[in-house]
Amino acid sequence: MIEFLMPSLGADMEDGTLVEWRKKPGDFLNRGDIIADVDTQKGLIEIEVFEEGVLEKLLVEEGLKVPVGTILALINPDGIAGKKSKGQPMDEKVPIQQPIEETRPVSFEEQNSETKRIKASPLAKRIAEAERIDLSSISGTGENGAITKEDVENAIATREGVAEMEKPKGIKMEIAGEPEKGKAGTEQVGMEQLKEAVPEKKPMGTVPPVEAIRSAVAAAMSKSNREIPHYYLEKKIDMSKSLSWLKEANSERPVQKRLLPAALLIKAVALAVDEVPALNAVWENGLQLKNEINIGFVVSLRTGGIMVPAIHQADAKSVDEIMEVLNDVIPRARALKLRSSELSDSTITITNIGEGSADKVFGVIYPPQVAIIGFGGISEEPFAENGLLGIRPIVHVTLAGDHRATDGLTGSRFLGALNKYLQNPETL
Amino acid sequence: MNKSEILNTIHELLKNIAPEMDPTLLGQEENIREALNIDSYDALQFIVALCEKLKIDIPEQDYGKTATIKSLLTYLEKKII
Amino acid sequence: MEASNTIKITYREALKQSLREALQKDDRVFLMGEDVGRYGGAFAVSKGLLEEFGEERIMDVPLSESGFVGAGIGAAMAGMKPIVEVMTINFGLLPMDQIINNAATLLHMSGGQLNVPVVIRMGCGIGRQLAAQHSHSWEPFYAHVPGLVVLSVGTHEDARGMLAAALESPDPVIIFEYTSMLNMEMEIAKDVPELGISKAKVRREGNDISIITYGTGVHKCMEAAAELARGGIDAEVIDLRVLRPLDEETFLASVAKTHQALVVEDAWCSVGFSAEIISRIMEKAFYELDAPVKRLCGVEVPIPYPLHLEEASVPQVKDIVNSVQKTLKP
Repeated sequence: MIEFLMPSLGADMEDGTLVEWRKKPGDFLNRGDIIADVDTQKGLIEIEVFEEGVLEKLLVEEGLKVPVGTILALINPDGIAGKKSKGQPMDEKVPIQQPIEETRPVSFEEQNSETKRIKASPLAKRIAEAERIDLSSISGTGENGAITKEDVENAIATREGVAEMEKPKGIKMEIAGEPEKGKAGTEQVGMEQLKEAVPEKKPMGTVPPVEAIRSAVAAAMSKSNREIPHYYLEKKIDMSKSLSWLKEANSERPVQKRLLPAALLIKAVALAVDEVPALNAVWENGLQLKNEINIGFVVSLRTGGIMVPAIHQADAKSVDEIMEVLNDVIPRARALKLRSSELSDSTITITNIGEGSADKVFGVIYPPQVAIIGFGGISEEPFAENGLLGIRPIVHVTLAGDHRATDGLTGSRFLGALNKYLQNPETL
Repeated sequence: MNKSEILNTIHELLKNIAPEMDPTLLGQEENIREALNIDSYDALQFIVALCEKLKIDIPEQDYGKTATIKSLLTYLEKKII
Repeated sequence: MEASNTIKITYREALKQSLREALQKDDRVFLMGEDVGRYGGAFAVSKGLLEEFGEERIMDVPLSESGFVGAGIGAAMAGMKPIVEVMTINFGLLPMDQIINNAATLLHMSGGQLNVPVVIRMGCGIGRQLAAQHSHSWEPFYAHVPGLVVLSVGTHEDARGMLAAALESPDPVIIFEYTSMLNMEMEIAKDVPELGISKAKVRREGNDISIITYGTGVHKCMEAAAELARGGIDAEVIDLRVLRPLDEETFLASVAKTHQALVVEDAWCSVGFSAEIISRIMEKAFYELDAPVKRLCGVEVPIPYPLHLEEASVPQVKDIVNSVQKTLKP
């Protein structure tokens, strides 16, 4: 029997809430199938399964928050779809993995009951009963999603707030206007605006608030800065050949199929990394090289924070295929709707935040990876070559490397290889 | 399609890309991408959307003419009429 | 408290002063144990007392815990007030037969005729690199036995004042003293307050979580509480002091106030003292709880010798801080 665990979708992830099972016991699972939706700090993630077999048993009910590594389900690799395996009595004792700390072991029994059991602390239940609060309308913030006293008190406060608001027609209230309009101040407001001003409690499984992403980024970057001794290298690369190759390629294409320089840069990085494999690795109790080259591409969110979806096996994809992946993945990253493999499989990261107005970007490595490549904006600069000075489109490429894993020489070889590919775009 | 209809279309498409911004507040000569914080990917999406909505083609060498509201309007007017 | 009303004192000195005071106050009191006389006590607690009180009252005994603890029990039955020192808790298993089958049971077996007012002090706890031979936290073994009064000296105040109260008890009292605290200095009141041996004590008041502990857990939890306070968490620390008969009123009241609890002890987890505390909370304060009660106990291994492993074998301040933070912000 294969144990299917709550995956870690990044160094910063400690737990996740199982929002929905997409498969049910008896279903046949193919590699890559989406088995469940899990809510994390980085949004609602579709979790893929990488084993083939029949889904034998679900061990965690929907709505539960469990630590990374908790067994979520059992998969029978020899099972036949739609059939329970023989010789395995239904009530077979399942070795449930002890979760971190002393969190309550998750049992599946509850899921079989007709009505969903509401988890609330004894105190929360007592207060809810006295205050006539319906616990099913509250989402818990306690251990394993249990409703706590604070959750009930918030519900009471919200109820009273709403009741309060339904009374007067127009009351004075401070409402912060949209920042760019700068309309903050005291105003007479009507009912509709007041309602908008009341923060609604987000139901479980919705897009996480800006703060959750912020704290996910904060955790990962703090870990990086705390643990990884970064070294930085920089190279100025002449982009004339690459850009004219792109121009040529794009002139034949309808607007929907046109390529961005980013697609070319990703492919060039993938090929250069293939020549310097020490950078395509993770540092976990020593350097561990990765076979696949999965490039994490930093996508900035307009509301703040970043998502880093992986472009799988970028070295084996054509520039067109990479562009297609970008077209698919960037909108989903912005909507916080990535798949588990896209969040967790990156082996090296590219940031091209510099394309805004910065000339150079010095990245912070996403642990446990060992390198991040930064592309600045492409802009015209004087460039000397063969004793002649010319004006060329230039990109400043930086490499931040983990000095535990590699040395400057490795990084320098990578930048050399990258330059070689960008000078020969037809080889990409 | 008259000039104000084109302008409305531009505003609408920009709003899709930068929902938290108000494109009607853009100055005529302001650089759209810089003002609305639009990256190259979204800039391309904007052009794709313009082409699809207005049923035109904007070749890559003309991207430079789409930088400000004023230049974009002038360019699109010529394209459509 | 005015500075002039307090003194700075080591845990060892506080214990010694309490012994001296007991010997001065009552002629029936005497101290017996291995090396308590000429050597001054294995941990120098009784150093100098032989010269002061003589061989009849500071009595070195042969290396036979079963024998001399039995003798102490007999002396108590005969009207004396013996204080028997058992060097370390590991040797405390040898006189268990005397303590449980005789001292704890005689009142019952004699139909209420025979009290056994013996006081047995045991060096206890972990933290001086004495390895599995000489360091363990076995308070729960004794706290299991009806008929005994079991005290845990987690503060300097109790080191100075608990013995007097123990000697007042008509029933056998086991006092656990912590060797890792002997050299620690603290300010305590110059005048020894009447402490009693029936109540637990709130060592620090707080509203967010009740940290319930005893023995060396007290100072670690106080330190953790101070650190938590810097992070805005207001923890209440309860020193149980008396492990039997257990004062549940104090910690139940605390849980009713904070709605969250963590039990901390150096003793092994399974069937440990924390299990008893948590059971009582479940039985009597369930509807006050806002989260499952957690416990931090010793790792279930014989106590290792190397310092880093020894430290890892019992809860440390950072573990307590982490556990509280996790409990409050899961």
